[in-house]
Amino acid sequence: MTLSSISDHDVSSEKYLRGKYSICGVGETTYRRGSDASTRSLATWAISNAMADAGMKPEDVDGMLSYSGNDSTHAPWVAGDLGIRLNFYMDVHGGGSSTEALIGIAMGVIEAGMCKTVAIYRAMNGYSAVRIGGTGARSAVPITGDQIHHRAYGWQSAGQMFAPTFLRHMYDYGTTPEQVAGVKVAHSKHASNNPKAYYKKRYTIEDVINSRIICKPLHLLDCCVETDNATCIIVTRTERARDCIHPPAVIQSVVGRCCKPRIDMHYQHGPISTVAGYYAKEILWPNAGLGPEDVDITGSYDAFTFTTMLQLEDYGFCKKGEGGSYVSDGTIELGGKRPNNTSGGHLCEGYTHGMNMVIENTRQLRGDVDDTCPIGPDGRRKHSHDYSEGGCRQVKNVEVTANLGWAMPGTGSAMVMAKDHR
Amino acid sequence: MPVQGDYMGMMLTIEDLDQENLDFFRYCSKRDFRLQRGKSSGLLRYPPTTACPWTTDRNSEWVSVEGKGVVHSYVEVHHPIQPAFQDKVPYMIILADLDTQKGEPSEHEALRVAGNLMTADGEFAPPEMIKRVGIGTRVKMVFKDVCDEFALPHWTIDEDADQPEFPWRYPQE
Repeated sequence: MTLSSISDHDVSSEKYLRGKYSICGVGETTYRRGSDASTRSLATWAISNAMADAGMKPEDVDGMLSYSGNDSTHAPWVAGDLGIRLNFYMDVHGGGSSTEALIGIAMGVIEAGMCKTVAIYRAMNGYSAVRIGGTGARSAVPITGDQIHHRAYGWQSAGQMFAPTFLRHMYDYGTTPEQVAGVKVAHSKHASNNPKAYYKKRYTIEDVINSRIICKPLHLLDCCVETDNATCIIVTRTERARDCIHPPAVIQSVVGRCCKPRIDMHYQHGPISTVAGYYAKEILWPNAGLGPEDVDITGSYDAFTFTTMLQLEDYGFCKKGEGGSYVSDGTIELGGKRPNNTSGGHLCEGYTHGMNMVIENTRQLRGDVDDTCPIGPDGRRKHSHDYSEGGCRQVKNVEVTANLGWAMPGTGSAMVMAKDHR
Repeated sequence: MPVQGDYMGMMLTIEDLDQENLDFFRYCSKRDFRLQRGKSSGLLRYPPTTACPWTTDRNSEWVSVEGKGVVHSYVEVHHPIQPAFQDKVPYMIILADLDTQKGEPSEHEALRVAGNLMTADGEFAPPEMIKRVGIGTRVKMVFKDVCDEFALPHWTIDEDADQPEFPWRYPQE
């Protein structure tokens, strides 16, 4: 066999794990500003919630993965606090796009026999300690070497770094600020039906356009919220997940930190209005055996309104260049054809570097999101599917979800999950 | 010895093992914009790196490149993040396609060089100058010293060039 005859993504390979792994437990702290707690304390809180959600005891969890940007507590301390003896752990550097990537790593290490169940967490004081918007501690870090090529120009925060991509998309395709504001309108509508959301107010297109400019094309309301919180996702074999309290959210395929060429700036290779999803979709859909048309709910990384639009477009939910109309025609809203970020996401619910959108889709697949609908005698909510303000946010008959993670325009992760039909 | 200088109140450091950045910024301090050219590919690259992305060739030479190009995209900052830029808003970061090697080796590639929009004499551009600049504006390079052996490349409007009547700007001023 020559190198060139080997398919990049051989779906018939024994390595192929479609359906074999699931998310069996999810948990989070409250999303707030001013946690009055260390990241270690937040992590143990979220993990214990996820273990309770799964019905697992400390001896049922033997693997741990976390990610951070020197702003969190490493796994051995957190595991020790909870009485968990680890057969595997790893603390990874990174922010956005880590969630799906670490889920893939968890599947790999369980498959390798290194452990049986992995708790993945992200614990951060993103408002009251290391601010995610880049003010404070992050601005005080000395500027050396390769960073001189951007930070010395006042080009540092995520919004500043991504702005040339966003503006170029407007130039290349005629995308308007009003269209992109549709993302905030949709996510804020969803957040108003999420008792956990930090911002529960519904916003209009005009609210977004009339909010102050941070850096063009981003208004204040195009940007996500900074919050203090921890989140946890527990991954195990689907067979094992079936013994847990809730039905498994079955992982169909996963892509981790897939990159455009020449990642150093993303801007050298072009077209800069195209993002990593252009490449990631060639792994995501074939490995899942599904396509965008099969997806009921998306969860996209909404660090900004624009990031949601760019991802939905490059993963093929609409034609390239038509993202502006796709995110503003009602499709991505509750009650629409394919709602996105039904919890309100990073724009409204809270900022967790990608975790909360996976948690939300897990609950959507269970048919049991935590809205204000009444809980019946069987312990399950009686969802009304009335999406008016303060009401239901459970989508009807959810079979397949897709999560689209984002580190920057040039790097993304993704995952497809489905309902268990054993 | 690392090269280190105070720039707008920010301490910028190039470590002594970082040969690529030391060379790049040293040439800038001599008002000579140079980029690495891969020995085997003959292709230029930016920013400085340790190998040729088209051939993996680790050998390169520094070649003088004309500091002229066109705005490919930009950032216009109105809310400052870094303390050094508190009194500079609004300011602009230009991402300019150099004329040299544009569209090579593939259609959408270019040497896209970052810098702030400056006046011809190297001061931050005033708001009325920022409003003249958008995608399509022709720009030329100016330099700003950090310390001995260390200067930063920046951009200014190329007043001698044919300019588009309406460079593309974000619709809200």
